[in-house]
Amino acid sequence: MKSILGKKIAMTQMFMEDGRVIPVTVVEAGPCVVTQIKTVEKDGYSAIQVGFGDIKERRTNKPLRGHFASNKLQLKKYLREFKVEDVSLYKVGQEVKTDIFNVGDKVDVSGVTIGKGFAGGIKRWGFSGGPASHGSHSHRIPGSIGASATPSRVYKGKKMPGHLGSVRRTIQNLEVVKVDVQNNLLFFKGNVPSAKGNLVVIKGAVKCKA
Amino acid sequence: MRRIEIFERSQIRKKPLKFSIGDTVKIYVKVQEGGRERTQVFQGVVIKKQGSGIRETFTVRKISFGVGVERTFPIHSSKIEKVEIVTHGDVRRAKLYYLREKVGKRARVKVKRVDRSKLEAEAKAEEEESLAVEAEESKIEEPIEEAVSEESVSASDESSESAEEKQA
Repeated sequence: MKSILGKKIAMTQMFMEDGRVIPVTVVEAGPCVVTQIKTVEKDGYSAIQVGFGDIKERRTNKPLRGHFASNKLQLKKYLREFKVEDVSLYKVGQEVKTDIFNVGDKVDVSGVTIGKGFAGGIKRWGFSGGPASHGSHSHRIPGSIGASATPSRVYKGKKMPGHLGSVRRTIQNLEVVKVDVQNNLLFFKGNVPSAKGNLVVIKGAVKCKA
Repeated sequence: MRRIEIFERSQIRKKPLKFSIGDTVKIYVKVQEGGRERTQVFQGVVIKKQGSGIRETFTVRKISFGVGVERTFPIHSSKIEKVEIVTHGDVRRAKLYYLREKVGKRARVKVKRVDRSKLEAEAKAEEEESLAVEAEESKIEEPIEEAVSEESVSASDESSESAEEKQA
């Protein structure tokens, strides 16, 4: 399956040929390097390990440097594995670039969502909130969290205030609307999880045939 | 960030649309109809411009069969073929929302008297300017090649200028 690592740059808009304006997310994807190949015989499963992004040598530790040095590769900031069926298509040191995608392809994009900190029920779960005026004091409070004597406990999984965001999420079936091989840019229709400048993992869509 | 700017600039229309708030304009819009493209005209008063860069839009208001109709266009849309100014408006506001509450004769915008010959002269000057800009752009596009081609470009510029002088 087609996969690549990237960095979210920003969102903007784009004119389609039929005059529509669509929101697009710009992602700097690749160039990635295949850093290791995992095979069934050796590792129990077949996958490729891919590196993306430059990093200063003093920011790495000795085992990591050794990992790259054994294959005479440049140091990379991020290492991720992609499952592949046929490992023989890949070689260590091979580059993966944006040209593996075409305009119109569907992809799944994963990233770590923007952290919102401790959030109340309205922001976190979409609670309605209380009246704003007429002597009301229950503006954004969560209200009742269950019945009284039966069950005389709060059910597990009750939606309550707590930490929101900063978790890995995947958006499925995003459309690739533009591929810029020269500048290593991919343009997706719609939003992509993650803050600007963070790592996103792009894979061919699971739920889309072809 | 710069890459976003470059991408956005690449979509901005080369020749800016010239009109201002209060002008009565004819917008020539391309419409797709059953696989065939034709041009539709929307005539009305420009009541606002908003946004900047690639996101800039403008709104045109007209009264159609007694009902007020407002249509907002992205300035840089390729669907806008051209904008023709019917009359120049004399207004003191950037947003003409007050027209929405007016009916009939009160919902008019004062017409600004404009010296036609002056406008034409301006248009001509602009055209020449844009030509010069285009020439410059072609120069910018070709710096990769050696100086020889640059020389030829400048030479052709001079010849075109002299031709213009002769016409004058």
